[in-house]
Amino acid sequence: MNMQSMRPITAAEQALVDNFVDRLGSLPGDGAITALRDGFIDDIKQNGLPTRRVEAWHYTDLRNLLKKVPDGGGQADVSAVSPLVPGSDIVSVIDGRALNSDAPEGVSLGYYRDALSEGIAAQRMVLQNADDLIGRLNGAFANDGISLDVEDEVALSDPMEIQVIQGGGQSHSRFPVVIGKGVSGTFIERHISQGDESTLASTITDLHVGDDAHVVWVISQERGLSDTHFGQINIQLGANAKLTLFVANAGGKLVRQEMHINAGGENSELVLRGVNLLGGDSHTDVTMTLDHLVPNCVSTETFRNVVFDRAHGVFQGQIRVAQVAQKTDAKMACNTLLLSDHCDFSSKPELEIFADDVQCGHGATVTDIDENHLFYMKARGIRERKARAMLVKAFIAEIVEELDNEALIEALENRFENWLDAHG
Amino acid sequence: MLEIKNLHARVAEDGTEIIRGLNLTVNKGEVAAIMGPNGSGKSTLSYVLTGRDDYVVTEGDILYNGESILEMDTAERAAAGLFLAFQYPVEIPGVATMQFLKVAMNEQRKLRGEDELTTPEFIRLVREAAGDLKIDMDMLKRPLNVGFSGGEKKRAEILQMALLQPKLCVLDETDSGLDIDALKIVSDGVNALRSPDRAIVVITHYQRLLQHIVPDSVHVLYRGQVIRSGDKDLALELENNGYANIIKNAA
Repeated sequence: MNMQSMRPITAAEQALVDNFVDRLGSLPGDGAITALRDGFIDDIKQNGLPTRRVEAWHYTDLRNLLKKVPDGGGQADVSAVSPLVPGSDIVSVIDGRALNSDAPEGVSLGYYRDALSEGIAAQRMVLQNADDLIGRLNGAFANDGISLDVEDEVALSDPMEIQVIQGGGQSHSRFPVVIGKGVSGTFIERHISQGDESTLASTITDLHVGDDAHVVWVISQERGLSDTHFGQINIQLGANAKLTLFVANAGGKLVRQEMHINAGGENSELVLRGVNLLGGDSHTDVTMTLDHLVPNCVSTETFRNVVFDRAHGVFQGQIRVAQVAQKTDAKMACNTLLLSDHCDFSSKPELEIFADDVQCGHGATVTDIDENHLFYMKARGIRERKARAMLVKAFIAEIVEELDNEALIEALENRFENWLDAHG
Repeated sequence: MLEIKNLHARVAEDGTEIIRGLNLTVNKGEVAAIMGPNGSGKSTLSYVLTGRDDYVVTEGDILYNGESILEMDTAERAAAGLFLAFQYPVEIPGVATMQFLKVAMNEQRKLRGEDELTTPEFIRLVREAAGDLKIDMDMLKRPLNVGFSGGEKKRAEILQMALLQPKLCVLDETDSGLDIDALKIVSDGVNALRSPDRAIVVITHYQRLLQHIVPDSVHVLYRGQVIRSGDKDLALELENNGYANIIKNAA
């Protein structure tokens, strides 16, 4: 017995364990899956929620931050919403239950609850690392989700939108996605809450990008001021594949979005971009691990963060370059605008490089609005409030406009603009 | 139109007094040149006129059309018709020049209680003004002043002035960093804006600009005061003899 297990169990930890006991009878899965679920909840019970002593959670001390765990499913009347980009094909998980939807040609849909019942989901229930709380939580509780399989060489003309909508209580869902060779398409994962009840959700997306595929994947955080979301996306990148991953965080009370990327195919390219708009008393953590395992891969990561009020933001970016991964070209940047005296942003870059012929760099900046910019705009008759809003938009527009899709750019800019209008 | 009375102003941060009892009157339709050696307070005057927070007025007043503007903020002064062409126009990444122009024009109209411009109206106005200043419309799609050459920046300032149609224009060393051709284009742009109901204050080190923008009056600024005023010949005298004589006589 170690010292840690001597500490008292918190209300949130106890609630998770009680919840698990209550739900056990209704969670799908064969014997092997039930054993895995048991093991995960036991880990949480034994080790507790991670604290700042756990390096991967250093800036997000869940033991302190997660005070309450809402019970059971939602009560509110919840329904699908219109898509972020008009004309998208929608699949939805509402209050933890995957709905029946139509798939465009070349895409087949499945329910994760079936994969659980049949026991084949067990292969997915693998932890990313020793401190993978999201893997454990989702593994223990997940009862549904949607799998997407996109056939080789399919070019999707419209985006596919995955809506995860919740009206209250908890939901835990999983999204196994296999993108075939040479596919091109845009996918938007949206996290939405409806009604006034607080919610807690965990979602895991397992994204396999096939060789030569060109994929844009957007994660849009749109939850409300009392919602907790633990998100994880685990990515395998094939040879010559290009993935643009865009994280748009503008919502939620307590949010952790993890990205674990394996660049396992040669000549792949990862373009990771993120905008964090943080306000109120929220805490938002974006954590990335990227493994360059083969030679000749390119990756760039750029985050733009705008922090208001008493919000806390975290970016952890870890790039590991294996010894064989020569000619890797990796660049990471994290730029933050701190707009109040009571907010903060923690940025932790980590590079672990075992190859000797690579280019790897990282940079972080923290600034306020530039007074010279502001004065210039005011001298042209633009009022302070409007000028500030324009400068904040300009700060994030630079990376939104890199996306090669007008409709998507417009949708994201509208979303950010609405958020800023409400917070400016 | 503009009356500066016994103006004293300090740097807000450290309290250094820069403007020390400055008096100046500029009438409607007049082009006034303000000249002076480095450190005489020329640029500070332009910032105090536009209401920059970094400076505080400790004494005196600035009257614009007979009313004090000291209580107005920078944006209100701009909407009331005061325009500063910057010595160093600021680069603003992420804000397209066209977007900036449209917002500025419409914000000023809103502050004056006028209707906003429609997009076609706006585009037509910009096209006309840009053509006169030999500004390529493609340049206006770029972020404001970002990557513009020195000459392009100054022309963009005059473009803004032409579009905003201010009543009182202050040009802070608009000639700095301009070659002869650009100086000609910029001066023509300024001269086109000369009108009986508009006043222009040209701040410059050199007589060169005043050959193109011929002033009605010339004022020499030294240690935060106007130490001598005259007509355009005063600029020539300065060019030939320097500031030493005038400073000695004033002392």
